[in-house]
Amino acid sequence: MNQTIAVICYIILAPIIGGLLEGLDRKVSARMQRRVGPPLLQPFYDVIKLMKKQVIVVSPAQTFALISYFALMLLTGSMFFAGMDILLCFFVMSTAATFLYFAAVISSSPYATVGANRELIQMMAYEPAVLLSCVGFYLIEGTFNVGEIAFSKTTDIIYLPGFFVAFVFILTIKMRKSPFDTSTSHHMHQEIVKGLTTEMGAQNLAIFQVTEWYENVFLMGVIGLFIMNGTTTNIIIAVVVILLTYFLEILIDNTSARMKTDMMLKLSWGVTLFSAGVNLLVLMLVR
Amino acid sequence: MAKVKRSPWLLHYDGSSCNGCDIEVLAALTPVYDAERFGVMNTGDPMQADIFMITGGINTQNAEVVKQLYDQMPRPKVVVAVGVCACTGGVFKDCYNILGGADSVIPVDIYVPGCAARPQAIIDGVVKAVELFQQRSDEHDKLVKQGGRPDAAKDAVKEDKEVSNG
Repeated sequence: MNQTIAVICYIILAPIIGGLLEGLDRKVSARMQRRVGPPLLQPFYDVIKLMKKQVIVVSPAQTFALISYFALMLLTGSMFFAGMDILLCFFVMSTAATFLYFAAVISSSPYATVGANRELIQMMAYEPAVLLSCVGFYLIEGTFNVGEIAFSKTTDIIYLPGFFVAFVFILTIKMRKSPFDTSTSHHMHQEIVKGLTTEMGAQNLAIFQVTEWYENVFLMGVIGLFIMNGTTTNIIIAVVVILLTYFLEILIDNTSARMKTDMMLKLSWGVTLFSAGVNLLVLMLVR
Repeated sequence: MAKVKRSPWLLHYDGSSCNGCDIEVLAALTPVYDAERFGVMNTGDPMQADIFMITGGINTQNAEVVKQLYDQMPRPKVVVAVGVCACTGGVFKDCYNILGGADSVIPVDIYVPGCAARPQAIIDGVVKAVELFQQRSDEHDKLVKQGGRPDAAKDAVKEDKEVSNG
């Protein structure tokens, strides 16, 4: 019963929270650049406008691929908040990302294709850290089950600081924030027009946008999972840590320039190996 | 329901401009004028744009490009000509390769004068364009409701014919 409520809450609230977080993101970014910035609800205005525009698609299959991306991301988040297997969540998320790749290459636009290829490299860059985090959770809790991890007595971050650093690092890639926003960017211009989303307009772009909100809420949930230890006060700490992490991402976004994809790959694998790897070794030796 | 005018996304194309107007267009997006507070985003992608902002005159080489960009933009859309070159051809009007202003190839709605157009004038033009965008969006919605799907309304929309705000 609780699972059903959690899933329904996720499906209804995630786009609202995700949209508000993005609105906050744009507002804070603007303030960092000493601008007034758009209203808090701007992302919602954008999506409503996109839904109203004339639909032009290069290939109808793009809509299908994007809806699959949306549905699979919904499934990922639902499974996570229903307290199911965390490994399965991340596998379904990778499948969703693959559909996004298809949605981009199917248009055969050179810009979208370059963006899609970069998206694949990004997947290669973040996947090790994601899988290692799951391993870390397993070593501490003895289970991959999200529900059991969240409501067990241990605060995982105490044992998994290296994994947390690696996860926050790849979060920058996953959230398409500045040094690693190679495949597509939230900022207005990119050397490959809009990269992955170049051939997406109107409703299709709206689907992409809303899916990103679902994805962000899911990723923030994983951050929260590092903190959760089953007590009520702990939930407040988890929310604070999530907001701080989000702020850190905005700060990184506004203070760094875009990086080449091969640099990104080396750096993210380096950080993953170094911080998560060392953490893993220590855990294996000490426990 | 939020109005579409709260989220106008711009596509900026530099015709055969001397870059004076382009610098002023970019100036309008800097912290001093901050066009993003109206929800304006300067996108490089015609598929995602609502307002087509064109600077510089039309020459034989870019005429096709401008037409192409205009066609790629989904309806409803508004065209703004920024600077005297985009309005009429300006000082280059009599050159052998210049066809004239932007309205020689696509229908232009708003003309922003000036050489170079000042950021204040550009923002003023954009605000006018945003109002027109809202009006067209309402008409578009009405046609979609009647026709059942957006594509059916395609030829019926009279938006491209009307030229306002001279």
